[in-house]
Amino acid sequence: MNIIYFLIQQTMFFSIPLLIVALGGMFSERSGVINIALEGIMVMGAFISIGFINVFQDRLSGQGLFLLAFLVAAVAGALFSLLHAFASVNLKADQTISGTALNMFAPAFALFMARMVQGKSQVPFTDTFHIEKVPVLGDIPVIGPMFFQNCYLSTYIGILIFIAASVLISRTRFGLRLRACGEHPQAADSVGINVYKIRYAGVLISGVLAGVGGLIFVIPTSTNFNASVAGYGFLALAVLIFGQWRTKGILGAAFFFGILKTLASAYSGIPVIKDLPIPNEIYKMLPYVVTLIVLAFSSGKSKAPKAEGIPYDKGSR
Amino acid sequence: MLKQKNKKGNEGVESFLSSVLAVAAGLLFGLFILLITNSNEMFSGFLTILQGGFVDGMSGISQTLYLATPIVMTGLSVGFAWKTGLFNIGASGQFTVGAYVAVLIGVKCTGLPGSIHWLIAILGAAAAGALWGLVPGFLKAVANVNEVISSIMMNYIGLYLTNLLITKTVYDQTGNQSVSVAKTAYLPKAGLDKLFPEANLNIGILIAVLFVVGMYILINKTAFGYELKACGKNPDASRYAGINARKNIILSMVIAGALSGVGGALLYLSDFGKHMQVLDVIASQGFSGISVALLGLSNPFGILLASLFIAHITIGGYNLQLLSFTPELIDIIISAIIYFGAFSLLFKTFIRRWTKKSKREETAS
Repeated sequence: MNIIYFLIQQTMFFSIPLLIVALGGMFSERSGVINIALEGIMVMGAFISIGFINVFQDRLSGQGLFLLAFLVAAVAGALFSLLHAFASVNLKADQTISGTALNMFAPAFALFMARMVQGKSQVPFTDTFHIEKVPVLGDIPVIGPMFFQNCYLSTYIGILIFIAASVLISRTRFGLRLRACGEHPQAADSVGINVYKIRYAGVLISGVLAGVGGLIFVIPTSTNFNASVAGYGFLALAVLIFGQWRTKGILGAAFFFGILKTLASAYSGIPVIKDLPIPNEIYKMLPYVVTLIVLAFSSGKSKAPKAEGIPYDKGSR
Repeated sequence: MLKQKNKKGNEGVESFLSSVLAVAAGLLFGLFILLITNSNEMFSGFLTILQGGFVDGMSGISQTLYLATPIVMTGLSVGFAWKTGLFNIGASGQFTVGAYVAVLIGVKCTGLPGSIHWLIAILGAAAAGALWGLVPGFLKAVANVNEVISSIMMNYIGLYLTNLLITKTVYDQTGNQSVSVAKTAYLPKAGLDKLFPEANLNIGILIAVLFVVGMYILINKTAFGYELKACGKNPDASRYAGINARKNIILSMVIAGALSGVGGALLYLSDFGKHMQVLDVIASQGFSGISVALLGLSNPFGILLASLFIAHITIGGYNLQLLSFTPELIDIIISAIIYFGAFSLLFKTFIRRWTKKSKREETAS
């Protein structure tokens, strides 16, 4: 039983970051801007916020510091994503190129700054955020050890973000406008919606969520930050596409990949699987192979936003 | 007709100028970073970057050529796919599997005569890379899978598979890397070692240049190249004109993959101390390929030029360590250049306005 609890706890560590980064990507893409820069934004958010923790951990600790780091990661991600918004909305640049530039910039910047400031590329942090057991809830049989022991605040915030994102995109005026700009910006414009503003908002939300996603990916899975989120931003893109750009689909896809990732990293702790003569690398490959197969079967009737990737030009309406 | 040609020429000049502007803006951004990190050594640092491979005479230049060789190939790979409207972010994976097959043939097939051993290794690398490009191409053409995502997945699959296979077949445990290839698998030096004494140079760069010319001819002078470009520019119109878009998408990715695979072979088939490391890190050459393809505007000769430039400042980056800076600055500059490259529309407007103005002044006087 313990092993099952452990696996569920691990799955949370992998799934929640995927979930909220993919949700971020959803806001950007459904406003009409392709965002392959999620990886870079995650790196930037993680770097700045973990740098923040590194500097302030002498004075602060615990959940208070964690929440402040959330805020820092969100702001860093938002500011960094502005570069992408500027290029794709104002300059009508190729969104893939701009995203690629951000993806290349973030790790280079993180490595350069870390090495210039402290002489080595890893930014270490002390993990004072781990929750051994949530009071009261952690004592509930079965559910307690599954969801309220050996956990992080980020899991619950992630679920809150999911609920907020679902409401925002499908139940509010802003959400309706955002979706309109991704499907038919000309029509949206004709009824007085400012397409540029909405697209900026979409990219900024993706920046906030990807920045936070970078932080909460690194905290439970490592003890230092080394300018990488291990391709998680790209995996989040796959989650977004596999989830058909819809919140519920993304939720399912994020947990699907989270479980695969958990299997890849924790298989040696599972008694039956450990003894199989399968090399480590096969497990590492598994999430990516399955992604390919799943995409092959699910991309046929793609529900991608129709105006995605096309710069909106007021003049050509 | 003449007018049209003239217009086309102008566009080429404009594109070139906007690339130059992007490079200048990126370098200025690098200067800015130098300024805020250590203003005392700012200018010596900047000079080091600009001098790049020109500091050590012939050996520096040959180092530039050697570094540029694999990037030319991955650059051609990305640029070729781009012509068909495909973004081949999977050059890294194709490069890695190509490199592995080249090394495998180089180590194991020692029975082959020296004159063709290296050639067979290159062909093997091309086939492996082509296979790695085939998967996303096929998935795109048949199942409408976004090629960006599928080639990213192929990068990781290729990385882990290669690591696994290296440890099973050609493993050097002490270095956690591949063992050295047989002497017969080294690329010939063909007298280049006399031109560049004591330098790491072989015919790899010449092979790359051959591919540059080949791609130029294929894209600009053949019906196949025309079809590929048509698919890239307007898939609907090309389908209407009877072009088989699916076939072209698959072929384009296969060729792109093969080009990257050859890049892997050219890097590792030498005695310059290069071995494949068993690390969980995606090969950087693939991403450099994206950079040079974007910077070179997918033009084969532009890609060659851009590769030489990137290799040049990369060496500048190594030399930066003699001062108080770290070589990652170069990656910052390159990404800034790519970002400013996205401004090309803006730059072109500037250039047009500026040339118009000077023309008006000419006619006025």
